Amino acid sequence: MLRQTEGSAAVAETVVSCRPEVVCAYPISPQTHIVEGISDLVRAGELEHCEYMMVESEFAAMSVCIGASAAGARTYTATASQGLLYMAEALFNASGLGLPIVMTVANRAIGAPINIWNDHSDSMSQRDSGWIQLYAETNQEAVDLHVQAFKLAEQLSLPVMVCMDGFILTHAYERIDIPERDAVHSFLPPFEPNQVLDPADPMTIGAMVGPEAYTEVKYLAHAKQMQALDTIPAVAEEFEAAFGRPSGGLLRGYRIEDAETVVVALGSVLGTIEDTIDEMREEGVRIGAMAIKSFRPFPLGEVREALAGAERVLVLEKALAVGVGGIVSANVRIALSGIQQQGYTVIAGLGGRPITGASLRQLFDDAIADRLPPLTFLDMDWARVESELKRLAEGGRSGAHAENILREAGIVAGRSH
Amino acid sequence: MSEAADRARSDAEKRHQRVRFYQVGSHVVGNRLLDPEQRTVQARTDRSNAITSGHRACRGCGEALGARYVLDAAMRATGGKLIAANATGCLEVFSTPFPESSWQLPWIHSVFGNAPAVASGIAAAQRAKGREDVRVIGQGGDGGTVDIGFGCLSGMFERGDDVLYVCYDNEAYMNTGVQRSGATPPAARTANTKPIGEHPGNPFGQGKDVPRIAMAHGIPYVATATVAEQHDLERKVETAMGIRGARYIHVFVPCPLGWGSQSQDTIKLARLVKETGLFPVFEAFDGELGEVSKIRRPTPVEEYLKLQRRYAHLFGENGHPEIVERLQAIADRNIREYGLLAEDGEEVRW
Repeated sequence: MLRQTEGSAAVAETVVSCRPEVVCAYPISPQTHIVEGISDLVRAGELEHCEYMMVESEFAAMSVCIGASAAGARTYTATASQGLLYMAEALFNASGLGLPIVMTVANRAIGAPINIWNDHSDSMSQRDSGWIQLYAETNQEAVDLHVQAFKLAEQLSLPVMVCMDGFILTHAYERIDIPERDAVHSFLPPFEPNQVLDPADPMTIGAMVGPEAYTEVKYLAHAKQMQALDTIPAVAEEFEAAFGRPSGGLLRGYRIEDAETVVVALGSVLGTIEDTIDEMREEGVRIGAMAIKSFRPFPLGEVREALAGAERVLVLEKALAVGVGGIVSANVRIALSGIQQQGYTVIAGLGGRPITGASLRQLFDDAIADRLPPLTFLDMDWARVESELKRLAEGGRSGAHAENILREAGIVAGRSH
Repeated sequence: MSEAADRARSDAEKRHQRVRFYQVGSHVVGNRLLDPEQRTVQARTDRSNAITSGHRACRGCGEALGARYVLDAAMRATGGKLIAANATGCLEVFSTPFPESSWQLPWIHSVFGNAPAVASGIAAAQRAKGREDVRVIGQGGDGGTVDIGFGCLSGMFERGDDVLYVCYDNEAYMNTGVQRSGATPPAARTANTKPIGEHPGNPFGQGKDVPRIAMAHGIPYVATATVAEQHDLERKVETAMGIRGARYIHVFVPCPLGWGSQSQDTIKLARLVKETGLFPVFEAFDGELGEVSKIRRPTPVEEYLKLQRRYAHLFGENGHPEIVERLQAIADRNIREYGLLAEDGEEVRW
């Protein structure tokens, strides 16, 4: 049903339609509206046979999900940023145990310095936690991916993160086609767990494994993710057949067929990228984009096929691997091994810095002219960085970078960007 | 009973390793001479044997005993409808080296600090599925309970989740090589509180009293117990399983390896710790102290301390009688505070 609503509210409603039996979370911005929405719906009796729990930490929330899922319940949680990191130990455990938990990550930066705004530092830091990671470009896709996520998770017996940009998507009001409850019910079969804690058939789950078998067990986790490369598009196709719109999948190309320059990105920034591409196409520039929808598993073959013909590939990413540069671009490079082409990494939108059409246009022009350094920080204020580096070089107690930079920046909250 | 249920039971019997008693002259089987209703669960041939033999615990391990006593009693109280969530630690390691498992009940180990929350999740799943008859136990050592799992434990208490959590307290991190925990007593030697320097052993004034903290949450049932007294421990487990909501039992379990005690002294030490007053044995309902296990004639703490090499630095030529006195003062305070001393003519239950 088409509705003008908030992204978080639409996700909450859709998750309820997926009929989770245990929902357990801890509040953190910008995830809060999702779990508040689910609480309201459960209290209003919209979802029977569901235990809704607010617990004392994200570590506990994921742990409750582990227990509930191992006991055979369809299980959901949501978090962001520091919360995802606080879960880290339990995240690896959930995937190691093969528990099909579905979690929304309302993507947000990580401190220090503390910052509540959007980037992908949180989910990127957990890219190797063994979870499937899907990235939504729009609120419509976020909603649709949740329906697909439960199916994927339960088919593969693997946990799935649905990553949606914090605030940009979670707090945006727009027209969203919320999947009808009945349609979701017929799309999602009841959860049949692979393994379950049941007194009628006692089973030991989570036993110690030594060097004699650990490698094989870890390989099987990898093999399941490789299997997901087939399952993800298959479930997306099923979804399209049932709901009448394409959503999800591994990748999506935009005006990519004859593109000499391809911009690779994840999440909501694709909208601005595509607008800029349209503008440049009008001028006859052969530029296109590729959205990565599934970052784990990473579709190496599909990425290679999509990008092999390009002269240059620009990966624009909302996270920084301090000490090396790009995270997404490192994965893209693996896919493009042996292919001669220009590769650029652009770090953009950290801690909620707006990625504007004007900045992207300048960036793409520079890339096409091959004027870009291999690693670029979009809209970096180099004067401030230089001045802080100078202060540091002078020795003595230069103080904390964050406070020094803020002092120079002055009060910016009221200014338009 | 239906045919299907009969078949399920007979399948379960085939799958489970049954208990076989042999005469060892100990109290464990000796109470078979009692009236059947007065026997301990451990003395019954139909006990579930929830943690079966063949595991890799050390000789004289108090935790292995404690876990079996608790789980067999809980299995009996729930008619075998029990699921356990275990913290990382000795109990997890010695019971489940892949592909072997000692557990004859559904059992899960997740990580070190989350057993209470995993148990809460299992309980939530039972409620969601309308399986109110299936009950949940969380369990761990003192490290997993009073230290790294404490946040999850307190949360589980505060929410009143339908879980019995059992701490098997051997007063240090034994699995990693005997490091101090928040349950290590003052003066005890551990791998990082050695008798080196001016203040030998674990400092005084540290540590936390988790049974009291549990009571402060106002949960319906809190109890302490030792592995020396099966009747008392089993009764407390049965009481706990008869109550809904968050419940806590703190079981004192000697560790021969970590304490430097003789393996045949495990039960003796568990008895002495209560008889000295160092470990008050009591139960509490809704945060209010109930029955305490009385002491006929308090045993001086030396008798308990001298059996353990972790206190060896307190005795002998370069000993520290002043530290022994401080430990005695702790025992004396417990006796006063909990009213542990039996009055003349008062019955002492164990």
